[in-house]
Amino acid sequence: MSDHDSRGSHESNPLDVVPMGGGIGGGMAHMEAAGAHEGVENAIELKEVEGLSQGRIILRRFLHHRGAMISLIILVALLLLAYSSIGFKVFGLQIPGWWKYQYTDITNNSNNLHPTLSLWPPRFGAHPFGQDEIGHDVFAETMRGVQQSFMIIVVIGVVSTAIGVVVGAVAGYFGGLIDALLMRLTDMFIIVPLIILAAVIGHYAAGAGPFVLAVLLGVLVWTSLARLVRGEVLTLRSREFVEAAKVAGASHRRIIFKHILPNAAGVIIVSMTLTMAAAILLEAALGYLGLGVQLPDISLGSLISTYESSFGTRPWLFWYTGTFILVIALTVNFIGDGLRDAFDPRQRRKLSRRAKQEASSSRPAALIETMNKAGQ
Amino acid sequence: MLTFLLRRLAASLVVLLVASYVVYVITCFSGDPLQDLRQSTSPNKAGLIAQRTALMHLDVSPFLRYFIWFGGLLKGFTGHFTLGVTSGGQAVTGQLTAAVGSTFQLVTGATLIAIVIGVALGVVTALRQYTAFDYGTTMMAFVFFSLPSFWLAVLLKEYLAIDFNNFLGHPVVPPVVIAIVALVAGVVAWSITERGRSRWWFVGGTMVVIAAFLTFISLTHWLDNPGLTIGGVAVLGVATAFGVSYLTAGKENKRSLYAALTTALVGVVLYYPLEWTVFSSMSMPLFLFLGVVAIAVGALVGWLWGGPDRRVSMRTGGVVAFLTAGYIAVDRFMQDWNTYVNSTYVNGRPIATIGSQTPNFDGDFWFTYIDRITHLALPTISLALISLAGYSRYARASMLDVMNQDYIRTARSKGLTERAVVMRHAFRNALIPVVTIVTLDFGALISGAIVTENVFSFQGMGDLFIAGVTAVDPNTIMGVFLVTGIWAIAFNVIADVLYSALDPRIRVTS
Repeated sequence: MSDHDSRGSHESNPLDVVPMGGGIGGGMAHMEAAGAHEGVENAIELKEVEGLSQGRIILRRFLHHRGAMISLIILVALLLLAYSSIGFKVFGLQIPGWWKYQYTDITNNSNNLHPTLSLWPPRFGAHPFGQDEIGHDVFAETMRGVQQSFMIIVVIGVVSTAIGVVVGAVAGYFGGLIDALLMRLTDMFIIVPLIILAAVIGHYAAGAGPFVLAVLLGVLVWTSLARLVRGEVLTLRSREFVEAAKVAGASHRRIIFKHILPNAAGVIIVSMTLTMAAAILLEAALGYLGLGVQLPDISLGSLISTYESSFGTRPWLFWYTGTFILVIALTVNFIGDGLRDAFDPRQRRKLSRRAKQEASSSRPAALIETMNKAGQ
Repeated sequence: MLTFLLRRLAASLVVLLVASYVVYVITCFSGDPLQDLRQSTSPNKAGLIAQRTALMHLDVSPFLRYFIWFGGLLKGFTGHFTLGVTSGGQAVTGQLTAAVGSTFQLVTGATLIAIVIGVALGVVTALRQYTAFDYGTTMMAFVFFSLPSFWLAVLLKEYLAIDFNNFLGHPVVPPVVIAIVALVAGVVAWSITERGRSRWWFVGGTMVVIAAFLTFISLTHWLDNPGLTIGGVAVLGVATAFGVSYLTAGKENKRSLYAALTTALVGVVLYYPLEWTVFSSMSMPLFLFLGVVAIAVGALVGWLWGGPDRRVSMRTGGVVAFLTAGYIAVDRFMQDWNTYVNSTYVNGRPIATIGSQTPNFDGDFWFTYIDRITHLALPTISLALISLAGYSRYARASMLDVMNQDYIRTARSKGLTERAVVMRHAFRNALIPVVTIVTLDFGALISGAIVTENVFSFQGMGDLFIAGVTAVDPNTIMGVFLVTGIWAIAFNVIADVLYSALDPRIRVTS
């Protein structure tokens, strides 16, 4: 990681942004353009972090990001709730939870199917989120939905990151024909509207279960990451330490994985987080269209789809699931934002007005060069 | 430049062709197109299966069947262009044409709204960085960005539409609500202005205007039978003239202000003549033509007034003319509103939640488009809200970046007014990256609208596409895919052109 901070500060001007509509994962990445007063801010920051390693500095910045930390706590609490309440399966072994119903249980009608949850007086009741007309406990169903949706976004994140990193790194490192071919392949995935492919594939994978669906979706959404990694590798490739490794006789694979990719870790991690935030919306949209996870299994999207028709009479069937999707997407987005601020040395915490005024702004000529590159 | 574009187009077309083959084959293998027939109890089951097999060439392997479809494309050279037939036996081209039209209206409207509001929000939050308004807007942007589009759409449909229709039945705003709205507007006004005496004038003025407007609406039941009348057009026109002239030319440029006022006056003078002549036989091409004429007249007025910079006056005149013409058109629509609401088609509940138009609706241009607009309202709002969350972030980032540049400091230090610095030096440069992003996004939105269309049963591309997926009908899906694919490629290329046209530092080389 030793090369990280000295990286050119002009690489992520807002033009690098992959537009969000084009696919998943573009998201809010790199939306925040940096103020251009690196010099003074560096001096201020350097005093604070004297003697710390690069990883420590990043961790420190992340821990100081209030929005990200609050989001992280909320997300962890939510996952604990989801996994502890109805339990989960590990290698076919059912770990029981503290909640009395499973999402498959048919329960007796109570409280007129209405939710029993109330904030004041605090009360959980027999069916906090109510029941549907068959008698399913909506709380257990929602918890199962959170588990499945979360599993899906993690798998999508891992699969798409793996493919994106390899494609981007190979294209960027080798250049030439390989680069051209891989980028045309990426174009192909970008041109085909994601929802079309996802729907066709979701339809195809419907019988195979949520895990297969997640893997297939992951195979579709790696494009923006591949482009980002390629850009990063292109700039790192010509750096001295890579030259040194080459001279020392390192193999291509060793240079890519040992020397280049660790320096692109920031971009990769941030992009992966934002991909996951977008993935939960994609999964939900597919579920809503009836093309995602199929019964008897449940995801948050499919729950909404199942209960949409009863909105008029029992809107809470809709409220709780939607809120959980919103909360997961929001917290993951905020965590991604915090990670980006932590990794990108130009993303600073708020400085005092005086420090800002003193900050000199000097735009390097390299910016123009980058812009020229971006326009090609 | 041209070679660059041609090369890009050619590469994209090759990619599109390969992708189309992949999509076609995947679609064919995604399910059983005969499923509904296999389960049918019709005595003619075998006949129906044979009929559909022949219709969709199911006896040909998907790997080769693609070329039957592709052959239909190639027949375009001999004038027999065809995209095949759906599993129901209708021509895809016919269905596609109707669907593209309504989706285009939806996406364009939503994008325009999102650009205007999103960029405005982004610029204001950037200029007022780290204020309560900035934090509030940022938070809201994140929330909208994280909202599942269909969920937002369903909520709008179930709450906003129903409540708003109820409200229209008895359009009176309770005094408490007026007070709250005015207070909120005051807080927003307070947080976007800088310290000083004029701040309190601005805050007070905003609150009074909002409260007065809402009280007026309540007392006169204005929404029952809305209308601007010639007086309203005049007031709005003059206000626009002052506002636009200030923003684009500044207080000092009197010629520009006179040009703007003259243009507004021309609009007011033409109010009755337009009403009596062309408005009764209006059609969409004529409507658009009148809009262009208005801009030309405004530019002409600006040219005649001249001033220190003739182009500035022309621009001001054009913008004011366009907006004034818009007010006159809105007024004309409003005149038919009451009749529309009380007609048997809508029965007093004008904001529609389903479909892209009232079936069997019959009326002149104004009625037809009132009907279209009431159907477009909700899907447009739900698409626009999500897009504008993103745009406001991009615009804010870009504006912040520009405001920290050397040339902004130079502009300030040579004594330019803050308006000139922001509007002339910063805003224009900040728009460059935003334009690129918006263009690319517009190219992708057409497929993003699929889910929203589905919620509102809007008869557009989404509807067609879902039908294609569930019926395992490759021809329909390929039709949608072609349109969205070509659309995306076109806007990618447009983004490149705009980018290099707007930023002289970018020179594409082939």
